Amino acid sequence: MSIEVIRPGINTTFQDRGRSNLYHLGIPFSGAMDTRNLLITNKLVGNNKNDAVIEFALQGPKLKVKQNNINCVVTGNVSFTFKKNSKIYNGECYKTFDLNNNDEIDIISTNNSMYGYFSISGGFKIEKKWNSYSTHLRSKIGPNKGDKIIENDILQLNKNVKPIIKKSIDYSNSKIEFIRVIKGTNFDYFSKESQKSFFESQYQVTNLTDRMGMRLDGNKLNNIKSENIKSEGLIKGVIQVPPDGKPIIMLSDHGTIGGYPKIGVIVSADYDKIVQLPPMSKIKFKMIDVKSAEKLFKLYSMETKNILDQI
Amino acid sequence: MIKNISNLGDAAIYCDFGSEVNREINHEVIKYFKTLTSKNIKGVTNLAPSYNKLIVTFDLDVINYKELVEKIINLKLDEISETASKRKKIPICIDEEFALDIERVSKITNLNIKEVYKHILNKDFYCYMTGFVAGMPFLGDTNKNIRLKRLETPRVKVPKGSVGITEQFCNIYTYESPGGWNIIGNTPLKVFDKNKEENPILIKPGDSVQFYEITKNEFYKIKE
Repeated sequence: MSIEVIRPGINTTFQDRGRSNLYHLGIPFSGAMDTRNLLITNKLVGNNKNDAVIEFALQGPKLKVKQNNINCVVTGNVSFTFKKNSKIYNGECYKTFDLNNNDEIDIISTNNSMYGYFSISGGFKIEKKWNSYSTHLRSKIGPNKGDKIIENDILQLNKNVKPIIKKSIDYSNSKIEFIRVIKGTNFDYFSKESQKSFFESQYQVTNLTDRMGMRLDGNKLNNIKSENIKSEGLIKGVIQVPPDGKPIIMLSDHGTIGGYPKIGVIVSADYDKIVQLPPMSKIKFKMIDVKSAEKLFKLYSMETKNILDQI
Repeated sequence: MIKNISNLGDAAIYCDFGSEVNREINHEVIKYFKTLTSKNIKGVTNLAPSYNKLIVTFDLDVINYKELVEKIINLKLDEISETASKRKKIPICIDEEFALDIERVSKITNLNIKEVYKHILNKDFYCYMTGFVAGMPFLGDTNKNIRLKRLETPRVKVPKGSVGITEQFCNIYTYESPGGWNIIGNTPLKVFDKNKEENPILIKPGDSVQFYEITKNEFYKIKE
């Protein structure tokens, strides 16, 4: 009962909903970058919402199953094929399919997005660390010794006791025009012009983007107070501005302490969307207050629940 | 005392204890951190204490900013007993193999190497916070005579266990990682051990730390 890794893909790791209450030790949440897709993936294959899935970035893995009656699913905006009894089929995201011993799945790429997910009914046979299956590469914490999945790895599977039920849902990652942002604790460190241009000009996602953070290019933000603050805690979604004036957004695997001024924080409702923006994407920020952000999150939560209820 | 409470985004509270870095303020931060940890408030997902700030993150599905601020303001603080904070003795080897930047430190501070170490070995340092990467302790304060800036070009790889100084602080690299601190030695101890889930860090905020010198032989013996 296993899956062989023929090609690992890029940054392919086990992730779940993340690991909490360890910031004070220097360990961030980690977890699937796109939480909604994680939840949908688990629901489609009949797993628990806290179960682990395989996350990949831009290019996914090529896998060979070593077991009969495997029920799988791929989510995100992803192109993939699967080989069943030596015949190749084009895969469809958000629609489960079953494979048998020696069948293969080839996850070719994500389209206009960063992350995709793969899982199977019954889930992977892996161990929790600090109550989570998430991998944090920097501190080597999580399943697979805290490492990426690599070529020739053998991924052990749990015994699937449930019958295979075909499931699918019509869903696509929502596109957004604006990323909503709440003013950060150092917003007043920046000149009036820079405060204005932060919300009016366009930023571009650069190649320097990974699970730790996303560097942006665009109008240089002019710091008129101090380029450094005394190091303090960071959270995911914080937008820091280093001395070069180009914003960096902290993502799920961020370092827990940082010393650059915080110009803003991405609202919780938009987090799943910003992480999916691939390099070269253009974004604009829109300022909102806490009350509006809370309302947006309620809406987002309800929407997620509705999607899951349809499965 | 908390000087100001504000929001950091929609799912975190930013408690500001002041702008200075000193033990008194940091002691207050740790008091709040420990009390909040023991209160186990429903919906709180993470606490990030630092020199003079405490960030509390929460699950927006469970609690919101207003409700949690109320709870923090009305918190009855636990007193930290003196015994809760420990004294830790950390062996370091200062052989030139490990003290990668000692000559730079000596040159910039105008002290000879022996004098530099006089300010580091067997002196009491205080742990303000841990983090950035898992288990990394931020210790202070170093003597005014050995304060200097980071390397102009950070190292791509700082060896695990390296002890570095910058400004009034001193830290220990718990992983091999990029970094710009001035490296003056290396400890063979596991300052962060992920296999000890209950107690993975050797040095906790509020602890006091003393470095003592060991030989290269002793270094490799402990490392085994």
